[in-house]
Amino acid sequence: MSGVQEFFHMGGYAVYVWSSYAIALVVLVANILVPVFQRRKLLARLARRQRRERRQP
Amino acid sequence: MLRFFHQLGSPKHFYRIAGSWIPWLAAVCGLLMLYGLYQGMVVAPTDYQQGDSYRIMFIHVPSAWMSLFIYVVMAAAGAIGLIWHMKLAEVIAISSAPIGASFTFLALVTGSIWGKPMWGTWWVWDARLTSELILLFLYLGVMALYGAIDDKRTAARATAILAIVGVVNIPIIHYSVEWWNTLHQGPTVTKFGAPSIDIRMLIPLLVMAVAFKLFYLLVVLMRARVEVLERERNARWVRELVEAP
Repeated sequence: MSGVQEFFHMGGYAVYVWSSYAIALVVLVANILVPVFQRRKLLARLARRQRRERRQP
Repeated sequence: MLRFFHQLGSPKHFYRIAGSWIPWLAAVCGLLMLYGLYQGMVVAPTDYQQGDSYRIMFIHVPSAWMSLFIYVVMAAAGAIGLIWHMKLAEVIAISSAPIGASFTFLALVTGSIWGKPMWGTWWVWDARLTSELILLFLYLGVMALYGAIDDKRTAARATAILAIVGVVNIPIIHYSVEWWNTLHQGPTVTKFGAPSIDIRMLIPLLVMAVAFKLFYLLVVLMRARVEVLERERNARWVRELVEAP
């Protein structure tokens, strides 16, 4: 087996090792994305509220 | 220095300072993770007993450490908010809960995936695994309680009390492998004397541990900023920020 194949093979534990790392990646990325979208949504909501207030003081 | 901390206590300055830290934290954390993964997946040798399956350790162990660390930070911040009515401490406490829950979930799931080939089972009700599962429920309880009470300050107080009571679980998790006979292996890094681990395995483990700490700091600041905006939505500085983001 070549070096690269061996690397992905993980000594026969590929399924266990790579699924662990894949789940970790998903969880970490989700942790970054959630506050990014929350902040965007909140700013949009506050902007809408302020526009509404200006139209009908 | 004192002025710096005083400013950090004001929501407006916290929002600004945290915002300026976030890109740097993200960069350093990302680089450390890549370095740790390279060291762990490529440089570190195969374990003579566990083969390559032990490489799950590089995410499992830092996740487990973080699950305990974040809980203590959350309870301490909750206590500070409870005693000194510091709003920012309340914000840090509640922003920590979902991150702590994430790491607890990761520790449980990666541990389970590691357990299957090594122990022959996904799950056993032994002391370490059960107490870690209770930690996940504590985090979820904190999040649910905070979400269930409309007034944010009342919610923060109730949540802090729950978090503080739950601290009793932390030493139980930590010492579970010594107090009871568990299937889970004992500590290899934190025990006294020389750690019984190859230096080429220890380095990526510690690098990943530092990277995960920075990751927590990064996400807790991101979450805290959103929470601060939400709480201060009627303040002038937020109104100005919304007009010109």
